[in-house]
Amino acid sequence: MSPTTPTRINDFAIKIATVNGTGSASANTLLMKSIFRSGIPVMGKNYFPSNIQGLPTWYEIRVTQHGYVARSGTVDVMVAMNAETYARDVKEVVPGGYLIYDSTWPRPALLKREDITVLGVPLAKLCNENFNGVRTRILMKNICYAGALAALLDLDLEQIRALLAETYAKKPQLVDSNMKAIQLGYDYAKQNFQCPLPLRVVKMSGTSGHIMIDGNTAAALGCVFAGATVAAWYPITPSTSLMDAYKAFCDRMRVDPETGRKNFAFIQAEDELAAIGMTIGAMWNGARAFTATSGPGISLMSEFIGLAYYAEVPAVIFDIQRVGPSTGMPTRTQQCDLMAAAYASHGDTRHVCLYPANPEECFYMAVQAFDLAERLQTPVFVMSDLDIGMNDWMCRDLKWDDNYRPDRGKVLGRQDVEKLEKFYRYFDKDGDGVAYRTLPGVHPKAAYFTRGSGHNQYGTYTEDSAEYQIVLDRLLRKWDTAKKLVPRAVIDATAGSDIGIVSLGSCDGAIHEAIDVLKTHGVRVDYMRVRAFPFSEDVERFLAAHKTLFVVEQNRDAQFRSLLALETQVEKSKLLSLLHYSGLPISSSFIVEGVLAHLRPQPRRQEALGVAG
Amino acid sequence: MTYLAKPRVAHPSLPKNNLGLTRRDYEGALSTLCAGCGHDSITAAIVEACWGISLEPQNLVKLSGIGCSSKTTAYFVSGGHGFNSVHGRMPSIATGANAANRELSYIGVSGDGDTLSIGLGQFCHAIRRNVNMLYIIENNGVYGLTKGQFSASADVGTKAKKGETNFQPPVDPVLLAMTLGASFVARSFSGDKQQLVPLIQAGLTHKGFALIDVLSPCVTFNDHEGSTKSYAYTREHYEPAVHTDFVPLEREIVADYKEGEALPLVMHDGSRIVLRKLDGAYDPTDRLNAQSHIQERMKAGEYLTGLLYVEASETEFHDLSGTPDTALNKVPYEKLSPGSQGLEKILARYR
Repeated sequence: MSPTTPTRINDFAIKIATVNGTGSASANTLLMKSIFRSGIPVMGKNYFPSNIQGLPTWYEIRVTQHGYVARSGTVDVMVAMNAETYARDVKEVVPGGYLIYDSTWPRPALLKREDITVLGVPLAKLCNENFNGVRTRILMKNICYAGALAALLDLDLEQIRALLAETYAKKPQLVDSNMKAIQLGYDYAKQNFQCPLPLRVVKMSGTSGHIMIDGNTAAALGCVFAGATVAAWYPITPSTSLMDAYKAFCDRMRVDPETGRKNFAFIQAEDELAAIGMTIGAMWNGARAFTATSGPGISLMSEFIGLAYYAEVPAVIFDIQRVGPSTGMPTRTQQCDLMAAAYASHGDTRHVCLYPANPEECFYMAVQAFDLAERLQTPVFVMSDLDIGMNDWMCRDLKWDDNYRPDRGKVLGRQDVEKLEKFYRYFDKDGDGVAYRTLPGVHPKAAYFTRGSGHNQYGTYTEDSAEYQIVLDRLLRKWDTAKKLVPRAVIDATAGSDIGIVSLGSCDGAIHEAIDVLKTHGVRVDYMRVRAFPFSEDVERFLAAHKTLFVVEQNRDAQFRSLLALETQVEKSKLLSLLHYSGLPISSSFIVEGVLAHLRPQPRRQEALGVAG
Repeated sequence: MTYLAKPRVAHPSLPKNNLGLTRRDYEGALSTLCAGCGHDSITAAIVEACWGISLEPQNLVKLSGIGCSSKTTAYFVSGGHGFNSVHGRMPSIATGANAANRELSYIGVSGDGDTLSIGLGQFCHAIRRNVNMLYIIENNGVYGLTKGQFSASADVGTKAKKGETNFQPPVDPVLLAMTLGASFVARSFSGDKQQLVPLIQAGLTHKGFALIDVLSPCVTFNDHEGSTKSYAYTREHYEPAVHTDFVPLEREIVADYKEGEALPLVMHDGSRIVLRKLDGAYDPTDRLNAQSHIQERMKAGEYLTGLLYVEASETEFHDLSGTPDTALNKVPYEKLSPGSQGLEKILARYR
């Protein structure tokens, strides 16, 4: 036995290495949720392959009494179930940590580390002796390690039983077999090791008023509450679960009990070009419609997005960003479509983008996206990512105001049109750059021609320079109006520092933790999280008020920093990039090290971390 | 030029339809196409057809892609909303628009380039979904706006204006649509208004996807000797196989067809089309028979025209989607949101 760690309650990270398609997801969810139900804040991240069965997959559970939602960057307990990745999994454990492995077969490589505690559990043997059938034995082996962990970490077995009963409410025989596997692992650990470990959980009350939900589910829920009725998409990881969730919610809540008819149209398109076309067609015709996609889909949709910008048709697009360029790594996370979305399509185009930081914001921003799209008559992007979209996050209960009614924007009805002598589609009557529109079928006088070719403010075709420019210039006024309507940045200037961190989206959790850690190093920083493009005035003010600005984002080319440099008055040299683009979610330690490396330079490290001026 | 308004003076004796509207009320902006363009004849046929069935102008939604043909949606029924989308992507706009409001009539006008090259995928999938719309291809075998390149409907051996010969086999939209299960497939000729008008009326009334491929010669780039899509060639080689009459709901059928020759088909709204076979062996209600017949005649260099295949389709896009009989965009918000109490119940699953 190696030196043990001092007791650490509710503050450690477990990583579980398995092979995908072996049922480990159920075991990991079970573990995480039982910790959450014990009132202990917890984070779960799934690192999975673009594959259905047989490739390595990892699941990281961080037990975090402080409620941090990002990776810590370290692993205290490794459950090494996959022989293929075994060597590197062993390496990842911090000194003083623990390694749990299936000791059914001997593994001499185990002996290589003296600074960790190695715990062998004969998982395959236990399951072979107690279960029949090859597939069942494989599945139960994974449930069995959850049992061993339950004993080692002092998890509540009753809690686990209750969760299994909920999960398999319709198949009670599965509750018994799963519980049997849990008990096998639990009893073995109890009999053979000193349980619990110094790293363990103790019940607390840190999760009341919170839920565990992934961002795609939350965004789908937002679409349901926003009153979206047309959903068109082409399957692409990691956005597909958003559409699946929308359909599942609608199948439960949008079917008319009297007629059995569905108050939603769910269309699997032939490709992303068609998906965005359908979205635009439906919103042009007065339904709330959306599509969800990822980077490759944005590339394909770009032509249509330009049409919607210029012809001023609302649309809502969820971009669940994954690793690019090209096909990239479809099951890994990045924030690499920031530029592509902001300026999607040829010609002078700029688009409203919202940057949710977590599932809670995915819910609210989904609703906001529809209101903005209809108010501004333009496409609106919700820039989520795989980390937010597909991982379960602990977040505050979602709230709903029953007084909410969709903002349909400037739409003239039959009576409004009847009063007009003539209707002009692109005329800036109110001076805010947003013209009035009508829906088909309302009145012959309301009819107009929507086109992506040159048009004048009256809605007719033009090739006249002055007429063309009047419309283009009005679109700029609309852009200014957008600045006033999009969500403000979240600013924490309580440190009163001249150093600021500027970031967006899913970096938020890691930054909050990094700020706490930096304090212990004597470094105090202010923080601004930008929540929308175009940038509002408060963004400009924060940038102006700080001497040094660390721009934290998850891509190689500093796309967010480029956007700031292009679209604000900020002096470029003030913007220092901290770029994380490995495909794994950014960790707090990456930010801490990056900031410290710049403030207390050690040449080699600075280069290694990619800190750029 | 399209921005010039047409004079609105109408002769008082112009005939009026059931809505009290004259044909002039179904016109649009002035065409900017070349004089003699087949497309303008099709536009005129659409005007006549819509007037004839007393379609409320605001209830017609006009959709198109890019190209000469796609411009024409501005030239008819100015009381209906128009959407000139991007090249080859009109079907997806039509699908989305139709999803939002099934109560309107949808007419898509496209060309052979817009449909059979850049838009082939969307065309096929709109048929597969059986989107309730009339889809007209103004087919001239050539790219007009970019000055005369072959399109995917150009026949093998046809000559371009500059003398080049086409060797690639054409995509035939009629056969393609039949293979994909389309329930209303017609071919016509822009020069045969008598045939075209009832086809458009029947197509607008048909439940589900209706296709009319209209041979429409390009006077500027494809009307020379050696072209198989010229006026002269088309007139010589098109052969009506089925005569179609459209009988709107409110009009009684006059029994002027001899027994055994006339085949009346009742449309989903109660109106009828009456087919008369001009070619004894042809059966427009038998998909396989029709397909092989069309192919045989094609081999002989003939274009069979008329309503080449028709069946009552029971399940258009909305039936397949299970949506209500009324427009989705009219469902009140209260019916769409589960409200705060609904949210509470949902959240219980995530605790």
